[in-house]
Amino acid sequence: MRTALALCLALSVLTPAALVLTAPPALAVQPDEILPDPALEARARAISRDLRCPVCQGEAIDDSNAPISRDLRLLVRERLVAGDSDEEVVDFIVARYGEFVLFNPRASGSGWILWLAGPVMLLAGGAIAFAITRRRPTAEPELSEAERARLAELMKE
Amino acid sequence: MIVELGHYSLILAFAVALVQATLPLCGAARRDSRLMALAEPAALVQLILIATSFAALTYAFVVSDFSLRLVTLNSHTDKPMLYKISGVWGNHEGSLLLWALTLALFGACAVWFGGNLPATLRARVLAVQGMIGVAFLAFMLFTSNPFLRLATPPLNGDDLNPLLQDPGLAFHPPFLYLGYVGLSMAFSFAVAALIEGRIDAAWARWVRPWTLAAWVFLTIGIALGSWWAYYELGWGGFWFWDPVENASFMPWLIAAALLHSAIVVEKRESLKAWTILLAIMAFGFSLIGTFIVRSGVITSVHSFANDPERGVFILMILGVFMGGALTLFALRAGALEAKGLFSSVSRESALLANNVLLAVSCFVVFIGTIWPLVAEMLWNRKLSVGEPFFNAAFTPFMVILALILPVGAMMPWKRAEFGRSLLPLRGALALAVALGLLIYAMQTGRSALGPIGAALGAWVVFGAAVDLWTRAGRGSLGNRLGRLTRLGRADWGKATAHSGLGVTIFAVAAMHAWAVEDIRVVRVGETFPVGPYEVILKDVRDVEGPNYLSTMAEIVVIRGGATVATLFPEKRVYPVQAMPTTEAAIDYGFTRDIYLVIGDPQEGGGYAVRSYVKPFANWLWGGSALMALGGLFSLTDRRYRLAAGARRQTPAAQPAE
Repeated sequence: MRTALALCLALSVLTPAALVLTAPPALAVQPDEILPDPALEARARAISRDLRCPVCQGEAIDDSNAPISRDLRLLVRERLVAGDSDEEVVDFIVARYGEFVLFNPRASGSGWILWLAGPVMLLAGGAIAFAITRRRPTAEPELSEAERARLAELMKE
Repeated sequence: MIVELGHYSLILAFAVALVQATLPLCGAARRDSRLMALAEPAALVQLILIATSFAALTYAFVVSDFSLRLVTLNSHTDKPMLYKISGVWGNHEGSLLLWALTLALFGACAVWFGGNLPATLRARVLAVQGMIGVAFLAFMLFTSNPFLRLATPPLNGDDLNPLLQDPGLAFHPPFLYLGYVGLSMAFSFAVAALIEGRIDAAWARWVRPWTLAAWVFLTIGIALGSWWAYYELGWGGFWFWDPVENASFMPWLIAAALLHSAIVVEKRESLKAWTILLAIMAFGFSLIGTFIVRSGVITSVHSFANDPERGVFILMILGVFMGGALTLFALRAGALEAKGLFSSVSRESALLANNVLLAVSCFVVFIGTIWPLVAEMLWNRKLSVGEPFFNAAFTPFMVILALILPVGAMMPWKRAEFGRSLLPLRGALALAVALGLLIYAMQTGRSALGPIGAALGAWVVFGAAVDLWTRAGRGSLGNRLGRLTRLGRADWGKATAHSGLGVTIFAVAAMHAWAVEDIRVVRVGETFPVGPYEVILKDVRDVEGPNYLSTMAEIVVIRGGATVATLFPEKRVYPVQAMPTTEAAIDYGFTRDIYLVIGDPQEGGGYAVRSYVKPFANWLWGGSALMALGGLFSLTDRRYRLAAGARRQTPAAQPAE
C-alpha cells in the first residue's frame, strides 16, 4: 500500500512536454523491399517489428510509412544479406540511431529497474498478502453493558 | 445566442458545483440536515446546466456555426451528420465538456439511486462529486473553453481528422468517459467513507454497482477503440501498448481488482483498507489517463492536445485529489478493523491473489508507460518502451491469473483445501490440456503460443461452466437444469465474464500465433494465393465520397472454386485536411477474417496489395462483449435492485420511527 503512495508521488515529477501529433496511415513494408529468401525475410520482419521509427509517434518501422523507416527496413535487410546475426543488426542500428529506436529497452544499467519492477512488486505484494492471511484474530471486543443486557434478553426468549 | 446560453450555463454549473462541494460537507460535519439536503438539488441542477451547455455546443456543430473557434477547427459543412455530432467530442475542449456531462450524470444517478444511503454519507459522496466537478469545470473555463468566438468567422471549417470520421470511434470516447468518470463514484464513496470513518458490508454493496457499471463501460470503450484500430489503421493490429491505450487499460485493471475486493468487503468484511485504496487508485488512474491523453506529455498516435498550461492544470487536479485522498487514507485506514479472518487457502485469499496480480500488472503497464519520461529526466537517456517489453513483462501475470482463476472461483469462503477445490475441475483441466496438445500436434513448426493460449482459454471457459454446474447442486439432470435457470444473476454474470476473459485470452494468442500475411505487387486481373485462398484483383477505379476521393479496388476471394467474398478496399484522400487514409475491406468470419488493403500504384504497373488472414478475430470482440455482458448480469442482480428500490420505501418508513 505504501508502494501505491510512492507511485503517486512518482507521478508528481512528470512534466508535460509539447509534442505534435501526426498520424499517417501506415502502409509499412512495400513489396519491392521483400527479400527473396523467406527465412531471411522472416528474420527481417521480426527485427523491424521491434524497432521504432525515429520520427513517428510510437510506430514500429515495420508499420510506418515514413521514408526513414523504409531506409531502416532496407538497412536491416542489407545487413542480414551481408550475413549479420539478429543481434549484430540491432547493434548496428542502435549505434547509429541511439537506443530510442529499441521498443524492447535493454535490461542494462538503469534498465534493470524497469525489468525488475514487476517481479519485485509481485514478491512484495505476495508477501503482504500472505502476511494478511496469517493474521491472528485480535481479541474480541468486550460487550458493553447494554449489549450484555440485550443478549440476556434474547437468550430468555 | 444559443451558444452564449451554453456558455452561461457552463459558468452557472461551476457556481453550483462550488455550492455542492462545500455546504453539504459542512452540513454533514455539523449534522445540519438543511445544508446536507442542498446536495441533491445541486447535483440535479448541475446536470441540467451542463446538459444545456452540451446541447448548445452540439447545436453549433450541427448548424456549422463557424463563428465558434472550436467548430471552425473541427468541422466542415460537407461532413456527414453523424461526424458533425461526434465532432463535438472529437477534440480537446468538447471531450472535456463530455467528461463534465458524464460526471454530472453520475452525480444525478447518485441522487436517483442513492435513496437508501445514510444522509451524511449521501451528502459527503455528492460533495466529493461536486469537488471533482469544480476542478474540471474550472479547467474548462480557464484553459479550454469550448465557447470561444472568432472575430472574423471563416466561410468553412478545417474538418475533423479523417481517421476519426468513423462510427467505431464516434462512440469510443463516450463509453471510455462513462468508465473513467464512473470510477469517480467509487472514489467519492471511498473518500466519504474515510471522512465518516466507517466501512462495512453495506458500503461495499453501494460502491460495487458503480464500479461494475464503470468497468462495463470501460470494457466496451476499450474494445471499440481496439476494433477501430483493427479495421482503420490498415494492418489489422488491435493493441499497440500505446500510452493512450495504456491510459484506458490501467483504470480497467484496477477497476477489475476493485470489483473483486469489494466482494470480500461485502461478504466477509475483510480487506477494507485495501479496497478503499483501490477505489482511490482506480480514479487516480482515470485522472492519469486524462492527463496523458489531454496534455500530450507522452508522444503517441492518439494525442490531440499539446498545451503545457493544460498539462500543469490536470497535474494539479491529480495532485490535489490523489494527495488529499491518500492523506485521508493514511490518517484513517488504521481504524478500519477487519472482521472476517481467513486462511491462506480460501476464496478470500484467491480474490486477494487476483488483486495482487491485477494491481502489479497495472503497475507494470504504468512503469512501462512513464519509463521513457523517467529515463530522460534522471539519466538523460532517450529510450522507448513498446510492445516487446509489455508482451514479456505483462503477459506472465495474465497467465498466472488465468491459471488460478477457475480454482479460486470454486473455493469456499474462510478455509478451503486446494485439492478439494480442484477435484470438480479435473475434467475441465484434462479437456483444456488435451485441446492444447491436439492443437500443438496439428500445427507444425510454429510457436507454442497458439496451443498454450488455447489451453488457457479453454481452462478458464470450462472452469466457469463447471462452477455454474456445481452451483446447480445435486440430483437429476432436469432438477439441476431447473436450478441452473434460477441461479442468481450474479452467478451468471461471474461465469459469463470469466468465460469472456477465457475467449479473449484464446483470441489474442490465436491472432499472434496464426495470422497469415501476404504483401505483393498485383496487376489488375492477376490471381495469387493467400493461405488456403485464391485472391483475384478484378478492378481498380476512382470513386467520389461525400467529403473524400477514393481509389477503390474490387478483389474476389475464392476457396476451392467457390467465391468466398468480393471485397472493396479503398485508399481515401480527404482534401480539406489533405490526408490519406486506408480503408481495409474485411470479410468477417467465425473462425477467421479476410483482411485486404489496397496500396499505392507501382512504377512498373500494378498495385501494392496486402492480404491477411486473421484467425479468430471476431472472438476477440466476442470475448470483450461477454465480459461486458457478465458485468451487466451482475449489475442487475437482485441484491442491487433491492438496494436501488429501497428508496421508494424510505418515506413511508420514516413516520414509524
